[in-house]
Amino acid sequence: MSDAHHDHKPTGIGRWLFSTNHKDIGTMYLWFSLTMLFVGGTMALIIRAELFQPGLQIVEPEFFNQMTTLHGLIMVFGVIMPAFVGLANWQVPMMIGAPDMALPRMNNWSFWLLPTAFSMLVASLIMSIMGMGSAPNFGWTFYAPLSTTFAPASTDYFIFSVHLLGISSVMGALNIIATIMNMRAPGMTYMKMPIFVWTWFITAYLLIAVMPVLAAAVTMMLTDRNFGTSFFSAAGGGDPLLFQHVFWFFGHPEVYIMILPAFGVVSQIIPTFARKKLFGYTSMVYATASIAFLSFIVWAHHMVTTGMPVAAELFFMYATMLIAIPTGVKVFNWVSTMWRGSLTFETPMLFAIAFVVLFTIGGFTGLMLAIAPADFQYQDTYFVVAHFHYVLVTGSLFTIMAAVYYWIPKWTGNMYDEKLGKVHFWLTCISANVLFFPMHFVGLAGMPRRIPDYSIQFTEFNQMASIGAFVFGFSQLLFLYIVIKAIKGGNKATTEVWEGAEGLEFTLPSPAPFHSFTTPPQVK
Amino acid sequence: MSAIIRYAGCLCLMLASSPLFAAYQLDMSPGVTSFSQGAYEIHQYVMWICVAIGVVVFGAMAYSIIFHRKSKGAVAAKFDDNVTVEILWTIIPIFILVSMAIPATNVLLEMEDTSKSDMSIKVTGYQWKWHYEYLDEDISFFSNISTPEAASLATNASVPKDENYLMEVDNRVVIPANKKVRFLFTSNDVIHAWWIPAFGVKKDALPGFINEAWARVAEPGVYRGKCAELCGMNHGFMPIVVEVKSEADYAAWVGEQKAAKSALAASATKTWTMAELMKHGEKVYTTNCVACHQVSGEGIPAAGFPALKGGAIATGDAAKHIDIVLKGSPGTAMQAFGAQLNDADLAALITYERNAWGNNTGDTVQPSDIKSAR
Repeated sequence: MSDAHHDHKPTGIGRWLFSTNHKDIGTMYLWFSLTMLFVGGTMALIIRAELFQPGLQIVEPEFFNQMTTLHGLIMVFGVIMPAFVGLANWQVPMMIGAPDMALPRMNNWSFWLLPTAFSMLVASLIMSIMGMGSAPNFGWTFYAPLSTTFAPASTDYFIFSVHLLGISSVMGALNIIATIMNMRAPGMTYMKMPIFVWTWFITAYLLIAVMPVLAAAVTMMLTDRNFGTSFFSAAGGGDPLLFQHVFWFFGHPEVYIMILPAFGVVSQIIPTFARKKLFGYTSMVYATASIAFLSFIVWAHHMVTTGMPVAAELFFMYATMLIAIPTGVKVFNWVSTMWRGSLTFETPMLFAIAFVVLFTIGGFTGLMLAIAPADFQYQDTYFVVAHFHYVLVTGSLFTIMAAVYYWIPKWTGNMYDEKLGKVHFWLTCISANVLFFPMHFVGLAGMPRRIPDYSIQFTEFNQMASIGAFVFGFSQLLFLYIVIKAIKGGNKATTEVWEGAEGLEFTLPSPAPFHSFTTPPQVK
Repeated sequence: MSAIIRYAGCLCLMLASSPLFAAYQLDMSPGVTSFSQGAYEIHQYVMWICVAIGVVVFGAMAYSIIFHRKSKGAVAAKFDDNVTVEILWTIIPIFILVSMAIPATNVLLEMEDTSKSDMSIKVTGYQWKWHYEYLDEDISFFSNISTPEAASLATNASVPKDENYLMEVDNRVVIPANKKVRFLFTSNDVIHAWWIPAFGVKKDALPGFINEAWARVAEPGVYRGKCAELCGMNHGFMPIVVEVKSEADYAAWVGEQKAAKSALAASATKTWTMAELMKHGEKVYTTNCVACHQVSGEGIPAAGFPALKGGAIATGDAAKHIDIVLKGSPGTAMQAFGAQLNDADLAALITYERNAWGNNTGDTVQPSDIKSAR
């Protein structure tokens, strides 16, 4: 532990406010994400409580719409994205043999913009609860003109906060690219990078490409609302469909921004617990790159019912179906990595296996949604809600939890409580399926999304989903407890942590020193 | 206890789609048009292919999990790449995808072919109702949810939750059987989507655009659907009901609509009593105004819907009141009802608003007042 006295950690609140350290900033990202998970989760529970039975029982339709909107925005921009940035902050320097991120002050700024942005967004909800106007109520996709001409005054808060989030994401992405390009240990060529680093490298390019597009969309909203322009107003010669094209040109790469790092995490965890190298490393890299490329040419599959020319519908259908190929390659590679391995089932592995199965189910429904004539029936129903919760909750969120269990011994120096970890896994995995699987059925039977009340034939499945939701939500308190317990103490972790673990981060002592690698390791 | 039995029923249905539990629909409806049937068949085909792939992939995983575990003494193999299998599992899916794309393309082309239609109906989305205009006949009307009270926490409990809860309207769209009916969609305000699952028709109604879809239905019957695109506060409360009638019944319905129209013209010229105006006004108010201004007339001020009870407009100058109802209030959710309601409806409505909830201004507004104010 001779490194310890080099750790000139500032003390008190200054350590966090002015931090330029990748680990401290990573920690802040992860705590921020977990906090927002409980905020956004509470909103989801209000939604599920209202939908427990037909009729209105708890909230007015107006407030219900604010809940669905903020739930979506918070989970996408406040939970999944910051959690992956937090993981990148912690892991990328350690995995490539660097002392820290390339741009540490920008790292600080990109984090601190996040709480600023979300304070503003959540402030609009607090004002709404206090009876001063309405919070954003137009869905997380904020289609114009509902979000422009017909939107509440708080929309300008929302626009400003989206701008800040965009700046934060772009800076975070630049930092990751600069770090990966410049700070790899001697001998670590691109094709020797750990797959998590690869997936984040590609994700960072997606962020830089599409966050400015989102900024353009909200800027046009801002001028439409306040400065008399008519980008999205048909009455002024504008085009409400333009909004959807711009939004989904951002939005589809955005969904891959939320899943590619998840692929990376799973590709680290499965080989460790299978005690076998990742099958098809090269094809994994190419598959990730192909998915990223395809994500730019499929955006209008979100828009089949908008009355596009049939040629465009066909193009976007075919392009979307192609995504099944690289995604399939990934799934086959994970299964082949497990095949004839020597498997053990610690909590990270359990989450990773659940990810492969449940994400694949989300992928299957994704393929079904790609089929345009059937998508006319699926569009805007609970079938879609089921699909994207399978990929985002049992997909992305599961891998974030897997990653925390996998690396927390390295971060804290302590093993987490394995028994509680397994209890948390089984509660989470079962309740998530009770919550989201019935949504396929009500969606196919004709229940539209974003409605506060429904016809009686949908009652039973909605009740199942609501029960699943409450179990799922409260199970995450156990996760919080397990994390705190591991930070406070527990069995000491070894340098290698896991028997089958490979990678530079597992050559550092546990807990890892404040400045990771002060002398670069040699990679052969 | 009964809930448990019903869940057990759902479960049985998952295992075997028994007709006994037909109330719990699990799957997409095959529908009644040629392309809804086509979409259903592709949906089935793709779903079962996915199930088959799932069985193979998850089966292989399960095999590894059971037999390749360390606790059973499994020793990890050394292989970590195989170009042949990588190529195989890139190429084979392409063939599977092509087998899906061909029927999908055929159904899509049929679905989007609106040519050679027998008649056209223009459908306009409003917050939160539909307007239908028969382009070949002189018929047009609004279609509202028939239980507007369902849309508020305060009044929801008074609405019966029967099998058509939230799925019934005051004026149904009527179309003839065996005719190719073309629908044209647009919107007056935000984006809505007109969806009848049984027709396989879902099209967005966009302000400034005209979208098209069609349906040809053989069997007379009643088909229900809902708005599918979030369109604001009462998005969940704008159902669609289409009634398909035999050709003779349809002709009779057209006749009725025309007769009703001339009766309406007569009512606009007579002078109404206060009681008549109040009675009719309450009905018009319930259909058109309660969504925002509420049954109690108290509105939802926090959401930007002002109170009429004791409000400055409803108790102030009558001419101003008539003006705002006729022309709306730009930049707010208040629509221009002059284009939506006739003189008699408006006269009754404004009289009602000026005298209900203790407003008691004593004013009566006659259809002739509206006519001159237009």
